[in-house]
Amino acid sequence: MQPVEIAKGIYDVGVNDWNIRDFHGYSIPLGTSYNSFLVVDEKVALIDTVKKEFADQLIDNISRIIDPKKIDVVISNHTEMDHSGGLARVMHRVGESKPLYCSKMGLKNLGMHFRQKWNYHGVASGETLSLGQKTLTFLETRMLHWPDSMFTYLQEDGILFSSDAFGQHYAGLEKFDDMLDMDIMPHAKKYFANILLLYSHLIVKLLEQVTEMNLDIRMICPDHGVLWRKDPGRIIDAYKTWSLQEPVRKAVVVYDTMWHSTEQMADAIAAGLKDAGIAVRPMHLRKWHRSDIMTEVLDAGAVIVGSPTMNNGLFPTVSDFLTYMKGLKPKNKIGAAFGSYGWSGEAVKMITQELEAMKFNIMDAGIRIQYVPDAPGLETCEALGKQIGMALAG
Amino acid sequence: MDRYVCTVCGYVYDPAVGDPDSGVKPGTKFEDIPDDWECPICGASKSDFEKES
Repeated sequence: MQPVEIAKGIYDVGVNDWNIRDFHGYSIPLGTSYNSFLVVDEKVALIDTVKKEFADQLIDNISRIIDPKKIDVVISNHTEMDHSGGLARVMHRVGESKPLYCSKMGLKNLGMHFRQKWNYHGVASGETLSLGQKTLTFLETRMLHWPDSMFTYLQEDGILFSSDAFGQHYAGLEKFDDMLDMDIMPHAKKYFANILLLYSHLIVKLLEQVTEMNLDIRMICPDHGVLWRKDPGRIIDAYKTWSLQEPVRKAVVVYDTMWHSTEQMADAIAAGLKDAGIAVRPMHLRKWHRSDIMTEVLDAGAVIVGSPTMNNGLFPTVSDFLTYMKGLKPKNKIGAAFGSYGWSGEAVKMITQELEAMKFNIMDAGIRIQYVPDAPGLETCEALGKQIGMALAG
Repeated sequence: MDRYVCTVCGYVYDPAVGDPDSGVKPGTKFEDIPDDWECPICGASKSDFEKES
């Protein structure tokens, strides 16, 4: 990707990772980008780098604007390796003794990734750095989504370099929200659901803090995907909505199945939910990626989980999904379990216990059906769907 | 003395260790830490901690 001038003297010198599809277990069908920003003023600053294997592309991009040696300061908003991996190469080209700015937690965390004794400057929230005409302000955003995460705000241009927040996994040559012929919001939502959901309460606080600071935000530049310039308020409002986790009239029926029995139950539960006026989608765990299911879970009011009993336990994909969902700590959900079994039938109870541990509101002891469901069995499933649906419609 | 867990990031406050970087000496009970103390890992407030079960 060629550098893109995003405002006068400010460039995105990042790269596209067109072919990546699995981002530590999160599916990204459109690839992603690692955005990196060059601010050319009396002093020159580079904000964030890229994944290690793209470091040379980053250096090439920088070289199209200025000699990398002219960079005076490097800023690391986030230690994770898709943004810091290129640091070793960058510092080598920029100059090993050049100041490297990061948060206080960044000092600790970068030190555990890189053994070089760089000229670190740990900054506190609110600290500023003048580049001449332009001023950068650092804003700590701990646990959004790592302890070291911070934002860098460029006052004069109203640009918020927001690290991973407000990002989307999208690789493309169109760098701005207003250049796309597709809706990017579902990708931003997927990012929130899979990376940030568990820190929702911190996002609520951060958004309040940003509102109080009365920052003039004309553009938001995340480290992945497109930059928000048309209406940055739109993504901020979406984050407000998602972080409150107010359930909508929507349910997800997540399941796996061995001989279609648990599948029949899933479909019957979905039919019952639909009867109660709830939008619902049954999602088979080997047909849908866990990260796509999580995106649906984000604003669903109910998550109903089904598993056959296999070898006296949960079907492995169901276990995988429950572990994943538990870590992301979804809130305000109704939950229930179901499943077919042959002779022992432990799975339903195991799911219910897991949902209880996640503080879901458990509506029912769960439905177990031996072998293949008959008509009354499916009616019970439908009735459960309807019962949950009516509770959701409230 | 009870250990306390940060509900945001999972850090465990161990009274035997304290949090010397923030001036909390080893041997300080969780209850005796100042109210404006923050989780050394993620910055969560003291009220975000729960007793370890």
